[in-house]
Amino acid sequence: MLIYSQKYEIFGEAMNIEKLKTDILIIGGGTAGCYAALTVSENSESKVIICEKANIKRSGCLAAGVNALNAYITDGRTPQNYVDYCKKDADGIVREDLLITMSERLNAVTHRLEQLGLVILKDENGNYVARGNRNLKINGENIKPILADAVNALENVTVLNRVNITSLDVKNNRVNGAFGIGIENDTVYAIEADAVIIATGGAAGLYKPNNPGFSRHKMWYPPFNTGAGYAMGILAGAEMTTFEMRFIALRCKDTIAPTGTLAQGVGAKQINSLGEVYENRYGLTTSERVYGTVNENQEGRGPCYLRTEGITPQQDESLIKAYLNMAPSQTLKWIESGKMPSGQNVEIEGTEPYIVGGHTASGFWVDTGRATTVKGLYAAGDVSGGAPQKYVTGALAEGEIAALSAVEFIKNSKAESISEESFNAYIAETEKFLGESSSHYTAEQLEEAMQTVMDNYAGGIKTNYRFNEKQLDIADYKIRQLYRLSENLHAEDFQELMYIYELRERLTVCRTLIAHLKARHETRWHSFAENLDYPEKDDKNWFKYVNSRLENGEIKIILRDIVSGGNTYEHNN
Amino acid sequence: MSITIDRNRCIGCGKCHDVCPGTLIKLDTDKRAYIKYPRDCWGCTSCIKECPVYAIRFYLGADIGGMGSLVHTEKNGDILNWIIESPDGKISEIPINQKESNKY
Repeated sequence: MLIYSQKYEIFGEAMNIEKLKTDILIIGGGTAGCYAALTVSENSESKVIICEKANIKRSGCLAAGVNALNAYITDGRTPQNYVDYCKKDADGIVREDLLITMSERLNAVTHRLEQLGLVILKDENGNYVARGNRNLKINGENIKPILADAVNALENVTVLNRVNITSLDVKNNRVNGAFGIGIENDTVYAIEADAVIIATGGAAGLYKPNNPGFSRHKMWYPPFNTGAGYAMGILAGAEMTTFEMRFIALRCKDTIAPTGTLAQGVGAKQINSLGEVYENRYGLTTSERVYGTVNENQEGRGPCYLRTEGITPQQDESLIKAYLNMAPSQTLKWIESGKMPSGQNVEIEGTEPYIVGGHTASGFWVDTGRATTVKGLYAAGDVSGGAPQKYVTGALAEGEIAALSAVEFIKNSKAESISEESFNAYIAETEKFLGESSSHYTAEQLEEAMQTVMDNYAGGIKTNYRFNEKQLDIADYKIRQLYRLSENLHAEDFQELMYIYELRERLTVCRTLIAHLKARHETRWHSFAENLDYPEKDDKNWFKYVNSRLENGEIKIILRDIVSGGNTYEHNN
Repeated sequence: MSITIDRNRCIGCGKCHDVCPGTLIKLDTDKRAYIKYPRDCWGCTSCIKECPVYAIRFYLGADIGGMGSLVHTEKNGDILNWIIESPDGKISEIPINQKESNKY
């Protein structure tokens, strides 16, 4: 619902301000956000606005498609089996209550996705064909258009594409809505809502990427996912968890294409340049696979490969097609080189580190209803913490849970209006960036500076993901300096304004990440958090969650006890 | 990894602009699409699948081993046909039935 719309002029340019009101605001129209909108529609009459900084048809992680559903409870397995797998992979630092509530919904959301039009491989009896214990084979090239079509057909849902939300309106720890900018319509928005579901994804581009030149955005995670949701939560005083469990993907070299399709699809093993299978020396968890590859290179046995030589021509053909459906650059690489995987092993490398709660456990600290510590604010998908290995179906499940909670919550709780004072302060901030500035820096320059700092001092590719406390102190100092420099940046238009906000989001995430890396005095996950001052695991003191909250501009670390199987955590504030 | 748009073939429908997850494609004053930020392309190929006149190609950057080939898709019913043109003029086609699942 439109409350008001005004045109005004700043520095000779026409701009608009709009204030809108809705029942539930969903920030981010990716996998989790779209499914949350579907769930609200199926369970209530509530009005929904989705704000998406791109276009929901091809936004978020699944823009290019996805090759498999990695989280499904296959025949003979139980949701608890899935929880156990996640727990083992993260060496215990997970929220079992979150994982079980997610796992119990994985199959239902998969069936719903199939009803919406997703192609899932079935046998002659109509049963899904599993890939290993947890995965289904699909044709997921068009998974995002399928979800978008379903959402766009809903009468109670308004999708605002190219609207980038950058700030929450929180008073007395209760969210009343959010502020953002229309990248292509030069509009500053305030959107009031009784509940807000944040589904913005994780953070890429914090560290210097594998290919920092022309192909700097050829990365594993969407380069457009800047950690906006984390940053908004941090600045609003929400409690965050486990940022120190970074995610580093093991990928095909150069194209940064997935390796799971090779490892699980054709059984390709990780080998070093001597042809030795090295994966068993280091262990098979996600972080150990990366660590093993780093170590083999360091000890002079690189490069490392996935052993595909000797697979059949039919397997070659299937791989070529499978990659076109999710990472077409890898297929192009094979064709341009004139060598198919059967004739040449595929070189692998670790990516730069990301913060992504759908793979590791970083994100908002939530209860089982996916309520954050800010009243009225719910989190789903990669932005939500404690429950790793969500993948696509886990993000759908969390979107569903968060939506059901929000629908219930707004029955008894209404937000205050966003005050004109708050809105004017936000408008003034955008005007400052759009106005004249003496700064000779650009957002791009400061972004590169940030990535260099993180690469050098916070365990990037350059240091083989390792760091110590002194380095982290330097990183923290330099990131704070860059944040100060970002105050005076100048934007020529609303797209450049978005770039300034994105930079500041990343810097905010970096600060919290550095504080978390520094707080955990052990090395529980090689590569993901390899602290050279504390190279051993320490269960006695560090079998705990490292959480944090921004208080008066400083990051306060909060250690919390592990929520183990059968127990449920509830917020008590 | 980025894209190139053939200005002469573009009909100005704006579909590539609408769908780009990075807001990287703009329309010029003649309503022809161009990529304003080529270094920021993720390589998702969303724009290529939208273009009704096949004016958009993607290529690998030289820094990640690109050899100059150009790729686009043409859709015919359930078949998404991937077409790869190499610099020597050789054309490879890989048709994928979107109603069929991946084998892996």
